[in-house]
Amino acid sequence: MTLALIIEQMLNGIQFGMVLFLMAAGLTLVFGVMGLINLAHGSLYMIGAFVCAAVAAWAGQFWLGLAAGMAAAAIAGALIEMTVLRRLYDRDHLDQVLATFALILIATEGTKMIFGPFPLYLGLPESLTGTVDLGLAPYSRYRLALIGFGVLVALGLWLVIGRTRLGIQIRAGEADRAMIAALGVNIRALYTIVFALGAGLAGLAGALVGAIQSVQVGMGEPVLILAFVVIVIGGIGSVRGALLGALLVGVIDTMGRFLLPRAFALILPADQAMGVGAALASMLIYVLMAMVLVLRPKGLFPAHA
Amino acid sequence: MPRIGREQGLNLGLALALLAAPLVALALAEPFYITLATRIAILALAAVGLNLALGLGGMVSFGHAAYFGIGGYVAGIMAHHAFMGTPGPLGIPGTGQMLPIWAMAMVISGVVAAVIGALSLRTSGIFFIMITLAFAQMLYYFALSWPAYGGEDGLPIFRRNAFPGLNTMRPIQFFAVVYVALMLAIGVFAMLRESRFGAALMAARQNPARLAALGTAPFGVMLVGFAISGAITGLAGALMADLTRFVSPAMMAWTLSGELIVIILLGGTGRLFGPVAGAALLVGFEVVFGGMTEHWQLLLGIVLLLVVLFARGGLIGTLAGREGHG
Repeated sequence: MTLALIIEQMLNGIQFGMVLFLMAAGLTLVFGVMGLINLAHGSLYMIGAFVCAAVAAWAGQFWLGLAAGMAAAAIAGALIEMTVLRRLYDRDHLDQVLATFALILIATEGTKMIFGPFPLYLGLPESLTGTVDLGLAPYSRYRLALIGFGVLVALGLWLVIGRTRLGIQIRAGEADRAMIAALGVNIRALYTIVFALGAGLAGLAGALVGAIQSVQVGMGEPVLILAFVVIVIGGIGSVRGALLGALLVGVIDTMGRFLLPRAFALILPADQAMGVGAALASMLIYVLMAMVLVLRPKGLFPAHA
Repeated sequence: MPRIGREQGLNLGLALALLAAPLVALALAEPFYITLATRIAILALAAVGLNLALGLGGMVSFGHAAYFGIGGYVAGIMAHHAFMGTPGPLGIPGTGQMLPIWAMAMVISGVVAAVIGALSLRTSGIFFIMITLAFAQMLYYFALSWPAYGGEDGLPIFRRNAFPGLNTMRPIQFFAVVYVALMLAIGVFAMLRESRFGAALMAARQNPARLAALGTAPFGVMLVGFAISGAITGLAGALMADLTRFVSPAMMAWTLSGELIVIILLGGTGRLFGPVAGAALLVGFEVVFGGMTEHWQLLLGIVLLLVVLFARGGLIGTLAGREGHG
């Protein structure tokens, strides 16, 4: 176990955290502003990945695919907001869960019908293949760019929410929906914009991950559930909490999978240590979530502390 | 308060239809339909458990697949050790008998539900949904990566577990076992609903502050309700393991948690026989439309969406009208 390997795993954890952040940011905004639980957020991630892979293969251009994937997810998000989700804001959470579960079934089977049941291939862009020498360790250029994307999105969200008129409306929407409607803000349009923004980020995450994992049906839900863990840890409705929670979950999960089997190898025979270590590592972030729930039930960085 | 109304008639009809269907199938020598009715009854039993938490207590658990899977693994692991003649975990001897397996499945899934419930009930609303889903996913990944009992490949049950005096390998006799278990669980649900505990559980859903003001802490009532709910769903899991003679992490997949909620919604939330109606509708939908197109889940999604948006109250709500229980 060398230092270079540890640094590589740390960066992998941060990179994974950035993907979770892109998912969790949209989810937490939609929770915060509309009070809606959207299980179909993982479907938007999947749509982003599939459209990106299809367009990139057709045009031979990764970046065009990325833009198309993000746009397709945003448009799909706006469409389902206007046709379905809009009717659910006043309903209880059970109805929201069921309707968005139904949307998952529709999106999953719809994607299978359009793209076929087999995974699509999405290659890395030419400019981001190979590794970068970071001095202490070489690291994948693409994964490093992915971390950079996450930082840019975080900065962008911070600017939009903190410094623009739209951001003021979003924050006001979180605080008091009825009041900002009374003040003349078109709340329906605001909701659609917020939802499309979150959907676009999910699509971006899916498209970016598609180049390092396979683009397949059902790829979104495991990430969605991890994004839920992130939000529980970070605090609902808080973009800052989503960022810190995502990095925490990404690093702890990745390092746990890397270190625990090696730690158990010191006290157990090698074949058992792998199994025990891997099984316990897969539970680590949920244990973290349980600890946060016991100590800080509203999350580490609640929006309205 | 006993009253014979439309819902009671409908319930009796559902109970008899579920009993009659496999008997007809037996007479026509169509064992496929006996297995189908058994599957409906087991899913209905799992949903009866969830209905206790969700319908009465208003706890929207999106993680009941975990208890279903735990029940399944208890049956699988015990049968595995009985078959191999090896001692089980903690030196407990394996067994191929359903009754001790059921007891273990219910106790273990109930205890796990109590632990997860104690953590999840610190929050409510959206948080509760996400946390129950997350903990179920944790157990799913644990089952997937723990190599001792098959991991990803699952664990076969070579011989269906036995019930005293019956030959459970005969589909109709196994159905009888499942049917009686389902009716007993529905009876327990009805008793709980009419009891002081049930009243407190429903009050915890409707107005926790008022319940607290009356001197009952909602947390304890809800936690007990959640644990019983998990135990019943765990029993269903043990039966499902015996039906398919196979357990795998797929029993704990998040989609199953969703399907259990769908069953309750289709039948009618909080209704006594809602889970039976819902399970029959869901399995029936799969058999009928799954035979026509491989994309039947798209159709299911559309139907489900329309039901949520426009037809609230489920099948029993539509046929029997509103009921007194709030």
